[in-house]
Amino acid sequence: MKLSKNHSFHIVKREPPVWYIGLAIRAAAVILALIVSGVIITLLTDKNPIAIYASMIDGAFGMDIRIWSLFQDVAILLCISLAVTPAFKMKFWNCGAEGQVLIGGLATVAVMMFLGDKLPLPILLIIMIAASIIASIIWAVLPAIFKAYWNTNETLFTLMMNYVAIQFVSYFLKSFVKTGSGVLFPMPEFGLPVLFGKQYLLNIIIVAVMTVLVYIYLKYTKHGYEISVVGESENTANYIGINVKKVIIRTLVVSGALCGIAGLLLVGGTNHTINVETAGGRGFTAIMVSWLAKFNPIFMVFTSFLIVFLQKGASQVSTDFRIPQAISDIVTGIILFFIIGCEFFLNYKIVVTKSVKEEK
Amino acid sequence: MKKIFALVLSLAIALSMCVALTGCGEEKKELLGMSKSPLDAPAITVDYEIPKDFKIGFICLHDENSTYDLNFLNAVDAIQEAAGLTDEQVIVKVNVGEDDACYNMAKDLATQGCDIIFANSFGHESFMIKAAKEFPDVQFCHATGTKAHTENLPNYHNAFASIYEGRYLAGVAAGLKLNEMIEAGDIKAEEAKMGYVGAYTYAEVISGYTSFYLGAKSVCPSVTMDVQFTGSWYDPTEEKNAAEALIDKDCVLISQHADSMGAPGACEAAGIPNVSYNGSTYESCPETFIVSSRINWAPYYNYIIKQVVKGEAIAADWCGGIEEGSVVLTGINLDVAAEGTVDKITDTVKGLKDGSIKVFDTKNFTVEGKELTTYLADVDDMGDYKPDTEVVEGGAFNESVKRSAPYFDLKIDGITRLNEKF
Repeated sequence: MKLSKNHSFHIVKREPPVWYIGLAIRAAAVILALIVSGVIITLLTDKNPIAIYASMIDGAFGMDIRIWSLFQDVAILLCISLAVTPAFKMKFWNCGAEGQVLIGGLATVAVMMFLGDKLPLPILLIIMIAASIIASIIWAVLPAIFKAYWNTNETLFTLMMNYVAIQFVSYFLKSFVKTGSGVLFPMPEFGLPVLFGKQYLLNIIIVAVMTVLVYIYLKYTKHGYEISVVGESENTANYIGINVKKVIIRTLVVSGALCGIAGLLLVGGTNHTINVETAGGRGFTAIMVSWLAKFNPIFMVFTSFLIVFLQKGASQVSTDFRIPQAISDIVTGIILFFIIGCEFFLNYKIVVTKSVKEEK
Repeated sequence: MKKIFALVLSLAIALSMCVALTGCGEEKKELLGMSKSPLDAPAITVDYEIPKDFKIGFICLHDENSTYDLNFLNAVDAIQEAAGLTDEQVIVKVNVGEDDACYNMAKDLATQGCDIIFANSFGHESFMIKAAKEFPDVQFCHATGTKAHTENLPNYHNAFASIYEGRYLAGVAAGLKLNEMIEAGDIKAEEAKMGYVGAYTYAEVISGYTSFYLGAKSVCPSVTMDVQFTGSWYDPTEEKNAAEALIDKDCVLISQHADSMGAPGACEAAGIPNVSYNGSTYESCPETFIVSSRINWAPYYNYIIKQVVKGEAIAADWCGGIEEGSVVLTGINLDVAAEGTVDKITDTVKGLKDGSIKVFDTKNFTVEGKELTTYLADVDDMGDYKPDTEVVEGGAFNESVKRSAPYFDLKIDGITRLNEKF
C-alpha cells in the first residue's frame, strides 16, 4: 500500500493495558532488544551472540563473590534512586545526586580520619551518620531554597553543585594526603560494622528497609500526597492551601538525607576511603532507574537490578571476548532503548488518519 | 533555478578544495619520519615450561584509551604471545576503580584460579593487600606501590622501573633541541626554558621531571624549567590548559607526566616541540613529537611468571632498569629532533649502563645553592609521613634502591613550580 502525501498520523494517549498484556509487551521488548543486539554484535565482532548472553549471566551470577557484589551494587544504586524520587515526583529536576552523595561521603571520611582514633566506635558511628546526612542535606536544600523563593533553575543549580563537591574532594585529598599522591589509604577499622562476616549484608539490609519506608512515605502519608499535588500542578496546590515553598524545601531535605545515607554506605560501609570517582556516575544512573520505575520504589528494585545486571554482564563480555568495553556498552544501550521505547507504546498509540481526498 | 544554484555552489566548493589540496602538497617538504629506537624493547625469552592450568589476571584502572593503561595492555599482549598463553590463561579486567571494586575483582580472579594477580594503579594497593591476606596461595603483584617491603606478606610484591633513566635520556634529546634553537638564533641561551605538565606533587612525578631536567642540563647548561601541576592523573582538558599556560610563559619545549593527549595536542597546535611519555604520540603530532620514554612491563611479567612456575619466591620490590629492558625509548622523530640526537642518546645509554653516568649525581644539581650531602627520604610508607632512610650514598641520590617506587622529592635549583596547590 502506498501512503500518499495526504495521509498523516498522530499520537494519541491511551489507557494503560491490563497488567498481563503490559507485562507481555515489556517481555517482547526485552526479547527484541536481545535479538537486535545479538545481530549487531555478530556483525561487529563475528562472535556468537548466544555465547555473549551466557557470558553476561556468568558475569552477574557466576560465583558467590559476583552475586554479593551484584546485590551490593543494586543496593547502592537503589539507595540513590530512592533519594532522587521524591524530588522527581514533585517535578523538581534534581540532577545533583552525584554531588550530594559525594559530599556525604566526604563528611563521613573526614570524621573517620580526624576523630577515628579519638572516640569510641559507637559514638564515632553516630557522628559519621549525622555528618554525612547533614552535609548532603545542605547540598540538596540550597538549590531548593533558591527555587522556592526566587524560582531559579534547579537543573543547572544542582548540576553545578556536583562540580563544587568534586572539587571539595580533590582539595581534601590534596591537603590531607601528605605524600602528594592524591590517594587516601582506606581506614576499615573505623567503618560500619560487618554483619555475620558478610561485608555487604548491612548495606543491603539498610537499603531494603529504606525502600519500604520511602514507598510508605510517598504512597500513604500526607507529605507524599502533597508531593504528588505539587508535582501535578503548583496552582492546584496553592488553591487547596498547600504551602508549595515549604513542600519543595522539605522534600529536598528528605532527598538530601537519603543521599547522605548512600554516601555513608559507600564510604563508611564499603570503600573506607574516598576519591572523585566514589559516586561513579550513579547519581545520574539513578535518574534513569527512577524514571523507568515510574517513581515507584518497589519497581525500582527491578529497574536498578536490570541496570546493574547489564553493567556487570557487559564488563564480563568485554573480558571473555577481548572486545572493547564500548561494544558491551552499546548492547546495554540497545536494551535500554527498547525498554524505554516500549513504555512509549504502552502509553500512546499511533493513529493513521486517511484524508478525504485520495490521490491516484 | 534553485537546483542550478546548488550545482554551481557545489562545483565551486569542489574546485576550491582541489586548489587548497594541491596548494598544501606543494608546501609540504619531504618527511624523514621516525628513526629506529636507540633503546628498544628487547625480545622476550621464555626459557621455562608453563603448565596448561597456569593463569594470570590483570587489573587495570582505565582501558586502552589512557596512554598509561595502554602501555600495560601492550605488555600483556607481548608476554602472552612470547609465552604462548591462551586467552583462557590471561584474564584482563579494565576500568577497575581504586576502591572496593579492586578488592572484589582480585578475589574474583583468585577464585577463577589465577596463580598471579597484577594491578596497575597506585590506589589499588590497599585493596590488593587485603585480598592477598585472604588468598595466601596466590601471588599479588602491584605496580607503583610502596608497601610491600613493610607489609612482609610472602605473596604481595611491588614493582617499578628506573624510568628516571628513561626520562634523563629523553631530557638529553630535549637539551639538544634547545641547543639547536640557540645556535639558529631563535632564542638566546638564557631563554632556554622548558615547560613540564605534572599530575601531582608526588615523588614519582618529581623524580620524573627532575631527571628529565638533568638530562637536558647535561647538554644545555643554561636550561631552566617551569612545572605546572594539574591535580589529576588523567584530565585531557586540564593538561591542555597547563601546556598552553606554559607556552604563554615562553617555554620553548614541553614535556609531561600525565596520561592523556592533552599536552602533546596543545604542543602540536602551537608548533612547540614535545617530549612525550608512555609511548609514541608521533601519529597525532608528527610536527612536534621528538621522543618518548616509557616503562616496558613485559620483562617484569616474564619474571613473575617464571618465578611462580618454578616455585621460587618473587622479590618484594623489583625495579627493572635498562639492562632488564624495562626502560625503553620510542624512535626519534628526525623531522623535529636536533641533528646527532640518535648518536648522543646511544652514547648516554652506554654511560648509564656502565655506571659512568649517574642521573642523580650530586655534582650535577644543587638544592638552595648547595650540593646535597645527605637526605632522609620517607621510604617506609607507614602513614606517618616521616623521613626515615638515608638515600645519598656514594656521591649520588640513590633512587629506587631502597624500594622500587621513586622517592626523590627534592626541589632542585633551576626548576620553578608554578602552582603547588596540587
